Order: sequence, then C-alpha cells, then structure tokens
Amino acid sequence: MKEITRRDFIKITSAGLIGAAISKPVFNFIPPFLQKDHTPPLESELTKSPTVCDICFWKCAGWAWKDKKGNIVKLTGNHLDPHSNGRLCPRGTGGLGAYYDTDRLKRPLIRVGKPGSQKFKEATWDEAFDYIVDKMKQIEAKYGREAMALFMHGTTGPHFEYLWEAYGSQTYAEPAIAQCLVSREVGFIATFGQGLGSPEPTDTRNTKCLVLIGNHIGENMHNGHVQEMSAAIDHGATIITVDPRFSTAAAHSKYWLPIKPGTDIALLLAWMHVIIYEDLYDKDYVQKNTYGFDYLKDHVKNFTPEWAATITTLDPNLIRKTAYEMAKAAPAVIIHPGRHTAWYGDDTQRERAIAILNALLGSWGRRGGFYLPEKVDLPKFPHPPFPEPRWSWRTITTDKFKYAIAGVTNVLIDHSLPEYDGPYKIKGWFVVATNLIQSIPDQQKTIRALQNQDLVVVVDILPTEITGYADVILPEATYLERYDLIRNNHHRTPNLALRAPAVEPKYETKPGWWIARELGIRLGLEKYYPWKTIEEVLDWQLRQVGTSLEEMLKVGVKHFDRKTPLYIPDGVNWPFPTNTGKIELYSTDLAAMGYDPMPVYKKHEDPPAGYLRLIYGRVPMHSFGRTINNPYLNELRSENHLWVHPKVAKLMGLENGQEVWLENQDGKVSSFAVKVRITERIRPDSVYLPHGFGQKSKLLHRAYGRGALDNELITKVNLDPITGSTGMRSNFVKILTSKPQKANS
Amino acid sequence: MRYAMAVDTRKCVGCGDCVVACQTENNVPLGYARDWIVEIVKGSYPNTLKVHFESRRCHHCDDPPCVRVCPTGASHIVEGGIVKVTPEECIGCGACIEACPYEARYFHPDGYVDKCTFCDHRVKNGQDPACVEVCPTHCLIFGDLDDPESPVSKVLKEREYYTLAPDAGTHPNLFFLK
Ligand code: SF4
Ligand code: SF4
Ligand code: SF4
Repeated sequence: MKEITRRDFIKITSAGLIGAAISKPVFNFIPPFLQKDHTPPLESELTKSPTVCDICFWKCAGWAWKDKKGNIVKLTGNHLDPHSNGRLCPRGTGGLGAYYDTDRLKRPLIRVGKPGSQKFKEATWDEAFDYIVDKMKQIEAKYGREAMALFMHGTTGPHFEYLWEAYGSQTYAEPAIAQCLVSREVGFIATFGQGLGSPEPTDTRNTKCLVLIGNHIGENMHNGHVQEMSAAIDHGATIITVDPRFSTAAAHSKYWLPIKPGTDIALLLAWMHVIIYEDLYDKDYVQKNTYGFDYLKDHVKNFTPEWAATITTLDPNLIRKTAYEMAKAAPAVIIHPGRHTAWYGDDTQRERAIAILNALLGSWGRRGGFYLPEKVDLPKFPHPPFPEPRWSWRTITTDKFKYAIAGVTNVLIDHSLPEYDGPYKIKGWFVVATNLIQSIPDQQKTIRALQNQDLVVVVDILPTEITGYADVILPEATYLERYDLIRNNHHRTPNLALRAPAVEPKYETKPGWWIARELGIRLGLEKYYPWKTIEEVLDWQLRQVGTSLEEMLKVGVKHFDRKTPLYIPDGVNWPFPTNTGKIELYSTDLAAMGYDPMPVYKKHEDPPAGYLRLIYGRVPMHSFGRTINNPYLNELRSENHLWVHPKVAKLMGLENGQEVWLENQDGKVSSFAVKVRITERIRPDSVYLPHGFGQKSKLLHRAYGRGALDNELITKVNLDPITGSTGMRSNFVKILTSKPQKANS
Repeated sequence: MRYAMAVDTRKCVGCGDCVVACQTENNVPLGYARDWIVEIVKGSYPNTLKVHFESRRCHHCDDPPCVRVCPTGASHIVEGGIVKVTPEECIGCGACIEACPYEARYFHPDGYVDKCTFCDHRVKNGQDPACVEVCPTHCLIFGDLDDPESPVSKVLKEREYYTLAPDAGTHPNLFFLK
C-alpha cells in the first residue's frame, strides 16, 4: 500500500513555497486586513458579479466575489448554470490565480533584433497596432489577404474570426479541433447526421450503464460530466472503463478492460457481434430508425470475442459479459464518444463504431442515453456581408481530407513552410490564445514555419513559449477583467450565460474584443464595427430574445423554454439529417467519398524492442499547459510523474522519485528530467505522462522545467484520412537513467 | 449539536477542488493547506487493483489530544464540537501539531498554528463548509450527528464506513464511506 501522506503533500507544497518566496509578489493578493484579524469575510460582506470561467472549454458560469476594497477574493459556481450546477471544478475555483499571476504579459511588446531573437521592447498599443497594420499591408500587397493565417482558441477566438472574415481571409484553424474532437464529430455526423458539440449531450445522470473508452472522466474535469457520473454512481449505474491505464474512472468502475493500446476498434466490432448475433439489439428502434443493418450484420459476422481477444489481449468472456451489461441497461446506456479522440489516424472509424454501437442499443435520443440538446436562437449583431476570399482553409484541406469540417492546423503549417511553393502560401501568423509550439505535434516543423513568416503576432495572457517567436505580443486581459460574447451552448434546456468583468484590466492589458476592433478600424474595416463597446452588441442580442444586459448582470444565467422534445417521442418516425433520413449503420457519405462505409480494424504499430508506448493524459487540477503557472493550481500539482509498471521498474532498476529522461523512436529527447512513479496502474508495455508540464518558457516561473512535456516526444503524427485529425498515440519512448547531452539544464 | 463530515470514497476523484476552495474561502496562504488528498492503491495489475481517494482534514475529534496538550488554551472546542485555534492566544509552541495523530495542523507563516474550522463562519449562517459546497462529485457530506435527519446522520446509517486511526482514542468525526 502506497500513500501520499500529508507530509508529502506539505513537501510538495513547500517546494511551491520556496518558489513563491523567490517571486515574492505571489503573496500580494492576500488582503492585508485578513492577515490581522484572521476571520474570513462572510458572503454578506462581499459583492458578486457574473462570470463564465475561461480556464477550460466547459465554460462554467459562476460568480466573482469582491471584498470592500475591490479585490477578488473567490470564485464560485452559479446555481442556475447547467454546466456547473453551482460548483466550479478545481481549475475554476483556482481561476483567480490567472488574474493574480505576476508572470502575466503586462504591456504590448515589439521584437528588437533578428527574428526569433526573443528580445523585445515595450510599446504602446498604438505603436504595436501600427507595426502590425504596416506589415499586414505589405503581406497583402505581395501575397493577398488570404496569406494572413489565424490560429485561435477559446472565447477570444470568435472576436478575431469575425475580424478575419471582415478582412477577407478565411485562412484559419482552431488547433483544438483537429487535435481533439473533429473525428468524433464527423463519426457521429456520418451516423446520426449530427455531431455532439459541447457539452456532449450524454444523459449520464439517468444512465444505467456508462462505457468509457480511453475517456478519463474525473481526470478530465469536464465539470457537468464529472458531476453526472457521480450521480450515476449514486444510483448504482454500471461503469465499464476501457483503458490501458487504471484511471480514476477505472477506480470507480465495475469492469476495467486493460486493453492493448490501438486495438479499440476490434473490441467495438466484437461487442457489435455479440449484440447482433445474440439478438440483444433494440429491434424495434433499429428497424424503425436505421439504414444498413443487414450490411452491418454481415460485416461483423466473424468478429467474435475470441477473435478480438487475440488482438486486444482482453479476456473473451469479459468482452461478452460487458456486452450483456450494456444490453441489459439499454436504452439507458452510453458508449461515451469521448472528447480528445485524435489517437491513431483511424479515429473517425473508431468513433463511427462507437456511434453504431449506441444505435444498436437504441440509446440515441433516449433517456439515460443521449438527450436531444437545444440552444437559444440568438441573432448575431447585424453586419455588412463579408468579402469572399480567393481561397480559404477549405481550398487547401478538403481535397485531402474530404470530410474535414474545420481548418487543420497541420495543413496551415505545411503551407507556411519555406519549401511550400504552391499558390496558397501563408506569410503571416496571428496566434490567439494558443501555444502552438506545445499543442501541435512535431515542434521543429512548427518552429520552421514560424521562422518563415513576415509577421507573427501573438495575443495571450501569459508569456508562453510561442510568444518568444512573435514580432509583436499583445497582452490580453483575463476573463475576470473582460466581457465576451454571450455563452450560448446547447443543453437540456436552452440557456444563456454572461461573462462580465469583475474588475478593470490589470497592467496595460486589454480585452480580446477591444484588440480585434481596434485592429479592424486601423485596417479600414470601420463598417463592420458600428458599435463602440461590446456592451452595445450584447444588449442588442439579448433584447432580441426578451432579456437584457441589465437582467443578465443580475442573474448571470437565464433559461428558455424548449421548442423540441428532449427525447425521441414513442411511435414517432424521427427524421435524421442524413442522406437516407435514418441512422446510417452503413454510411452513404463515407462510401461516396471512397472511405470504408463501415469500420474496419487495422493493425497499428507496436513499440519497437526496448521501447514503451507513450500514453498521455490529464490531471484534474490543470487545463493542459495553460494553468501550470497558476499559483493555486501549480501548488496542487507542479510537475508530472512518469507512470511505470513495477515489472519495468524492476528490470531497469528504477526507484520511485528517480529522475529519468525520455527518448522517442526518432531520437528526440525530453528537455527536462521527469520523476518516476512506479505503479500497478499501468500496463507493462506502456508509460503514462500527464500532459502540460515541462514548460520551456523561462518567463513562467512556477512552470519552467518542471517535469517532461509529452508533446516534445510526439514527432510521429498519423493524420486521419477522413478529417485530418492528428493522431498522436503512435509514439514510443525509451527511459534514460542518466542525463543525455541533448537535454536542458 | 455535533458536527461531522463523511467522505464518499466511491465518488471522490482526488481533484483537489476542496483544497483550493478552502484556500480561497479561508485565505490559507499559498504553500499551506488545511485539507489535502490521499491516494490509496491496493492490489496488483490487472485483476485485484483497487484505488481510492480520501479528502482529509481535521477530524474534529470528540476527545482531541491537540486541545489537551495546548498550554495556553488557544486550542479549544466551540459550539457543535468544532475544534479551533485562537491565533492571538497561540504562542506557536507546536505541541498540538505533535499530538495530533492526523497531521491536521500546520504553522501559519504569521506565527500561529492553523487548521480546518469546518468553516464555522459559514455553518453558523446555515451554509455548508466551502469544501462541501464546491465538491463536483458531491462526495463530501456534512451535518449534525445529533439530528437523525441530517444528511450525514442518514448516510452513516445507510452505508458502511471507516475512520482513521480508531485506536488513537480520539473519537474522530470524519468518516469515510466505503
Ligand atoms: S470545468 Fe472547471 S475549468 Fe472548465 S470552465 Fe468549468 S470550472 Fe472552469
Ligand atoms: S473536491 Fe470532492 S472529488 Fe475533488 S478531491 Fe475534494 S472531495 Fe474529492
Ligand atoms: S484531527 Fe488533530 S487537530 Fe483535529 S481535533 Fe483531532 S487531534 Fe485535534
């Protein structure tokens, strides 16, 4: 039995303390009067304003609480909010650390010296804008407006997407799509005619059986889902977790299937086989709603649990037993689609298999399966029509990836490289709230692309690694200091949520909407910005649906009536927006595009001798690399550990806490050491490294050099031929026990 | 009135939200914590493996050695059995830290010993402690053991539970549901 004791915890935290003592200002935000009378203020002595958390994409609505001096003292959830149900996750609760972080970007910076020299001088906003506009005009004259690419993330993204469309470039990508969920969306669109969106409409709190495949709810703190999984545990739902690692979800599961990585499709096909050939599928539902059942039946004929067992290394009886559990619970069963699904390059097909299995069990549109989400029909603020660009992300993407539904960052990077000499050249990068060096695999390529640009602008809150490659850095205000567009995500009931500033922007930072508008006006796009402040836009929009900014400032979240049913009503012939109007077990779209119309298992590479498969994942107190420097969250987890099975540890003579380095199949070595954690919780053929640590920007004082960054070791990317999704799980590592020459200090 | 807390280990995911919520609610300085998480791994890969998390804090013992050893009376018991420290009376001798079998106390950088208060400033106003209110898995359950209808009384009646170091004779009021 191995415990982390309080003493360890204190050790961990006191290490944080030493860091804090060096960068003393961390303590600034403990309101001084509290240090004297030691009594925390009552909520009745505080004032609150509505916010929407920006620490991750879940976008929980909450309240920012301020004391009499105007300091933000805490953040809590809004009880009206279906994303948070009044409870923020640890990252959201610690979100005030993002505001108080003294490492923040404070004022605009312009590069001095050679490109990539990483030397900057402080500038005024006017100087920064002048520099950018001048360069953008030069790029436009030489290559056209389309040559300015936009990479964006999060709630700041839409302000710049609007600017780009007004400017006349649709050369943009949201890295988070191809790196994460595009294959899942397309897999479900090809099956049900619609994707899942966010939050995924899984009716988890009402389910009787939840199947998680490589989806670690509880380590990913997708707030509403974590809460609903807990509710499902309360009422005795069966949880089945398929994961090469004994995840937190596995710890709460009735069944754990420690699958061999890369073989999930074989398992899914075997489950389909059992459910079809043992007559366990929802006959009425399948007959009424699906297309291609006979093709599918024939397709999975030979995919028995025994066949899958040899591939997945799982016990065939366990495969059968878990299929029975699903069938018993149906239709209140969820084979969860997951979210980060860019794994092996056949991800759309794996997601198709998940979608098909749900269809066979009749869970789509059913209580305890997937509900039918609805959102508010919120009109956009009127604007003149956007100019049509000569080419866009579509031009350069959909010839290769026929089912791509959004720009693929890797494709944009390819068009930014010096060796690209086609007609669709990218010569300027505008990078909004995304650290591409860390989030995109094959870092060297990204850096070469960056160095080939005539202009690189980065808009961010922290001096992340990519800011070092910028010509101009624009410091954005945090979510606690700004308005953004109304949150209008679908859910069980349509609802809107407002993010309003709790405080004025610190330093010389500015809200994203302001930065985009100012730049737009300087680019001669005044007609797209007939408003002065975003409050005008928000109030206009809100009034169209019968509320107002004034009301939203009081309530934070407002619900609206549904117009459509939450579940498919009995006896109704539900229209599915696919070619056949049915759930397509056999995909006519995929067939027409020349892809496999039904999922096929294809073998993926095994680790070469002496190598282990690199599995990455998340810790619940961080949002990837974005929060590692947050003073509160850094304290909870300041570095990652490499999970190693005891057998491997014994073989290599490794000890708990020992520092090691990693070298991947292409000879790439981790920059920093990582400590070993010997644990039974991982398969012996794999190692596990939580993502986001090992930050390389020295300006992130708490995060720099603590642990190893998985992304550095992901040099092999398997692009999904259907969507362009960037599969990152076919990378293998060797453990090095002494410091290699290539590593950093 | 006897306040107590139950931690449902079937649901806790070890996320640390309870730790951050406590820090921001009670202005616990960075580098310190009143509550913390323990991960317990038993068995071996792949068939007998079991993992659970415990969110720990002061147990607000019925018979608290920390209070017994305090030379100044700074450590004391208040309404509902909550064990507290009066900072102004604490001389920072650390006897209570030694005496507590649960490592529940720490030295505050302002020169006194600090610990979980069950958020009595909130409880007095009918609110739950900050950690209980924030926990996204709803695995912390708080209430009055003297009230058979309180959530904590009810859950202790329905579920099996264990306590830590029962042999220490402290009669702890932090229960872990199996
Ligand atoms: S899940 Fe957590 S980090 Fe994400 S928006 Fe909600 S509170 Fe913020
Ligand atoms: S907040 Fe709840 S789930 Fe998270 S560690 Fe604390 S007790 Fe466990
Ligand atoms: S847990 Fe420790 S500090 Fe808390 S009452 Fe018991 S002995 Fe005292």
